[in-house]
Amino acid sequence: MATSWNWGIFLQPTPFGDTTYLGWIWLGFEMTILLALSSGILAFLVGSFFGVLRTLPNRFLAFIGTCYVELFRNVPLIIHLFFWVYAMPMLVPESVRDWLYNDLDPMFFTFLMATIGLGLFTGARICEQVRTAIISIPAGQKNAAIALGLTLRQSYLYIILPNAYRRVLPPLTSEMLNMVKNSAVASTIGYIDLTKQASQLLEHAGRPYESFIAITIGYVIINIAIMLIMQFIEKRVRLPGTIGGKA
Amino acid sequence: MISLENVSKWYGQFQVLKNCSTSVAKGEVVVVCGPSGSGKSTLIKTVNGLEPVQKGKIVIGETEITSKATDLARVRSKVGMVFQHFELFPHLSILKNLTLAQIKVLGRSEEEACEKALSLLERVGLLAHADKYPAKLSGGQQQRVAIARALCMDPIVMLFDEPTSALDPEMVNEVLDVMVELAYEGMTMMVVTHEMGFARKVANRVIFMDAGEIIEDTSKEQFFTNPQSDRAKDFLAKIIH
Repeated sequence: MATSWNWGIFLQPTPFGDTTYLGWIWLGFEMTILLALSSGILAFLVGSFFGVLRTLPNRFLAFIGTCYVELFRNVPLIIHLFFWVYAMPMLVPESVRDWLYNDLDPMFFTFLMATIGLGLFTGARICEQVRTAIISIPAGQKNAAIALGLTLRQSYLYIILPNAYRRVLPPLTSEMLNMVKNSAVASTIGYIDLTKQASQLLEHAGRPYESFIAITIGYVIINIAIMLIMQFIEKRVRLPGTIGGKA
Repeated sequence: MISLENVSKWYGQFQVLKNCSTSVAKGEVVVVCGPSGSGKSTLIKTVNGLEPVQKGKIVIGETEITSKATDLARVRSKVGMVFQHFELFPHLSILKNLTLAQIKVLGRSEEEACEKALSLLERVGLLAHADKYPAKLSGGQQQRVAIARALCMDPIVMLFDEPTSALDPEMVNEVLDVMVELAYEGMTMMVVTHEMGFARKVANRVIFMDAGEIIEDTSKEQFFTNPQSDRAKDFLAKIIH
């Protein structure tokens, strides 16, 4: 490769003089983490809610859960983000639209819409993981709980969910890693994440290899951190007497 | 104590229970047997409403459990049930397995519940295992814990759904011994089992089922010495060596 590396580029000031190019990457790094946290939490809550809903004996509630999953899982993420940024404001009453466009800080508006879009999209996938974890718990466990006089709600709370969430952890880890990578799509709606900063760097400094290597490292660091945290949690909740559990 | 009147149940087109009627008096031990697929497990699960029925009437004590107005959770807390696969809660210690429902359903204090749990663990000979998790116990030990868990609720009747079928042969007796002791103490029991030795020892009555019907419902002596139906004769010939 005939590229001559210029890693010093990161210490040079940007054309706007506000910071260095490294400062830009750092901002993108922080913004990616912020979006991953907010949409991760939203996805987990929404996914858990609809995942439980889909396993309930009430057919109507289960159907609502199914609708959510099919709607959000079968449409590309970029369409979701475009919907929340460009179409949703047209569908709400004028007062709300006014608030979204004029009262909200534009950066915050973009962050909010990216969170909703990415959170609901990922939530549909987590919903399925929660649902399959719940239905993988033997029916006898629920019967035993009910036979003791626990209500359906109590059986979920004390028996079914603690076991289902242990099973959901491994796929949830992959899903969170996916979500961080998917968050790059938010750069298309103007969210200033790592990917957005890479293209900024490309535009202003003309250093494609250095900038993309830098953001690659950024994504890898975030994902390794997620993996370590999830592994820690998995170890903490592993039951004695199961494979890998303490003796 | 328990009465079933013309209970019928269908899974889709398939009728699993056909007009089953019987009753269990206070202090009585009734063994339900029959070939596999005869509906005996389904029958015992209808008693506490784990399996809903489409037709018929089921009453426990004074409460009609087939009535829509009945608070089923309340009835179930008074009806102990022991399952084929033990169904201990794997994420809770043995002690917590025994105290959870006492605290959440009966509203006992943690202290009270623990005291009750420990006394019952002692009774089934497993006091030393209170802080272990279920996966650390043998099948026989788990089933004894499951019996203790049911007894913690001070049940007025105990239902057993093939309690020894999933056990290694050498563990069957430790579980049966606990059940025999219970029977001698006067507990009302309905037991689905193939253990004819247990039936001979403590049953007052035997119900024989086949293809969703109660074929025989007689005293133990009558059942073992002089079964009326060919199906019961055939069944006994096959399982008694």
